[in-house]
Amino acid sequence: MFQLSIFLENTKGRLAEVLNLLTQLNVNIRALSLADTKDYGVLRIVVDEPEKVAEAMRVREYVVNLTPVWVLRVPDRVGGLAGVLTQLADEGVVVEYMYAFVEKENEKAQVVIRVQNEQVMAAAMQKLALA
Amino acid sequence: MKMKQEEKRLLQGLQKTVERVLNIPYYQGRLADIGIKQAGDIQSLEDFQRLPLTSKEDLRLNYPFGLFAEPQEKIVRLHASSGTTGKPTVVGYTQHDIELWADIVADGLRRAGISNQDVIQIAYGYGLFTGGMGLHYGSEVLGALTVPISGGNTQRQLMLMQDFGTTVLACTPSYALFLAESLEEAGIARNELRLRKGVFGAEPWTEGMREEIEHRLGIEAYDIYGLSEIMGPGVSMECSEHHGLHIDEHFYPEILDEQGNPCPEGVKGELVITSINKEAFPVLRYRTKDLTTLRYGNCSCGHTGWTMDRVSARVDDMLIIRGVNVFPSQIEEAILSVGGVEPHYMLVVERVGSLDQLEVQVEVNSRSFVDEVRELEALQSRVQRRIEEITGISVRVRLVEPKSIPRSEGKAKRVLDKRKG
Repeated sequence: MFQLSIFLENTKGRLAEVLNLLTQLNVNIRALSLADTKDYGVLRIVVDEPEKVAEAMRVREYVVNLTPVWVLRVPDRVGGLAGVLTQLADEGVVVEYMYAFVEKENEKAQVVIRVQNEQVMAAAMQKLALA
Repeated sequence: MKMKQEEKRLLQGLQKTVERVLNIPYYQGRLADIGIKQAGDIQSLEDFQRLPLTSKEDLRLNYPFGLFAEPQEKIVRLHASSGTTGKPTVVGYTQHDIELWADIVADGLRRAGISNQDVIQIAYGYGLFTGGMGLHYGSEVLGALTVPISGGNTQRQLMLMQDFGTTVLACTPSYALFLAESLEEAGIARNELRLRKGVFGAEPWTEGMREEIEHRLGIEAYDIYGLSEIMGPGVSMECSEHHGLHIDEHFYPEILDEQGNPCPEGVKGELVITSINKEAFPVLRYRTKDLTTLRYGNCSCGHTGWTMDRVSARVDDMLIIRGVNVFPSQIEEAILSVGGVEPHYMLVVERVGSLDQLEVQVEVNSRSFVDEVRELEALQSRVQRRIEEITGISVRVRLVEPKSIPRSEGKAKRVLDKRKG
């Protein structure tokens, strides 16, 4: 699946502006993470119909990118995530970054993972029956 | 031998200009100071090179009409250059001057392969600024269909460009770039336009910027040079060879170093121009403050005489950062050669403690944006390294969002110097 990555300058109120726009567009954010530096940040969000949202944002002059990511369910207990990541590492998967969120309905923790190599990840997912 | 004859003709032309300026009390006084009382006192180009230089300051001192060589009833038009501080500098034209100027511009356009078959959209400002009307009169003499739309009102520019079948766009390079962006935004496809050439000038630009404009608009771009104090646009212009700007024979160019000594051919220095056969406002050795080089020769387009390199820097635009001279055009060159960022930039100079700091703001390009901070940082440091290689000073590069740097409909303002005032 695809996550939306949005380039944002570090200026006062800029993040609120983006979130207000998403509200206007009737977009519900399912997961969110913000990578930041001194001058700018990259807002990463998981939403429904990411292509449509990306287009709507581009029209409004935002720098938006659709980035392939993987969403994994992990057991919500001590060592749950560690176990899954160890298995993936053994299969040669290199993680670029990740962030977690909890889905209300089933109380399962989920992580969004961006990996270096999509094919390696796909193979690992299949082999470990995580998909 | 042939050169000798040309030199003789040139000397006669210069003598006429000296004769003309000797009618003006201000010049009369300055020339008398070095013992020149009549044109005949100039017997060689060496003699000529001893004459005093004229600068913008001399024009200001004689504001508004003090340097006119003709009585007011013979002057039919005024133009003025924007004075950022105080009064503007005013120049006048007789009917003959206006016709001469139009012929010079028409010649330049012709050498650029533009003809009476073309539709020229003139998006330079009309008014006291010479850009709009200078191109306008030249375009009419050429017999081209002239669209005097002036600068600004971008949506209408795009509409008329389509509806009138504009083939040549004339404006500043920064406005050309803005129009290109606006065309993309409006979703107007290249094949809906008949645009084939652009005539751009009135601000310094780089070869990289030319490529960018040519690529985005799908046209061939020609550099045109001029300044109101000399006449206006058309003093020099590129032909289809794009190998420098041919200087019209009515202008005698010199290149001087910082001490005012002549530079050998091919060495960069300040361009100094003397007008030949101009009536109302003759100029003697006028310092343009533009840095360039000169060479003499023939071109396959038929031009013989002086050719100058593109002006990529103005003395006035020079920033002194921690004692090092830096020109905005160097930064432009660096940004465009790296790629991955938009060709729009803003330079912010500040004094932090006792040190000058130059921050270069540059827009992230939406097509090349990747979501990893590491990649953005790599882009940032690529731009930074390139600027440091070219200018020799360390700078801070700041990536900003697209369209956040103000766009210009005329001459772009690219420097914010917070050390002043």
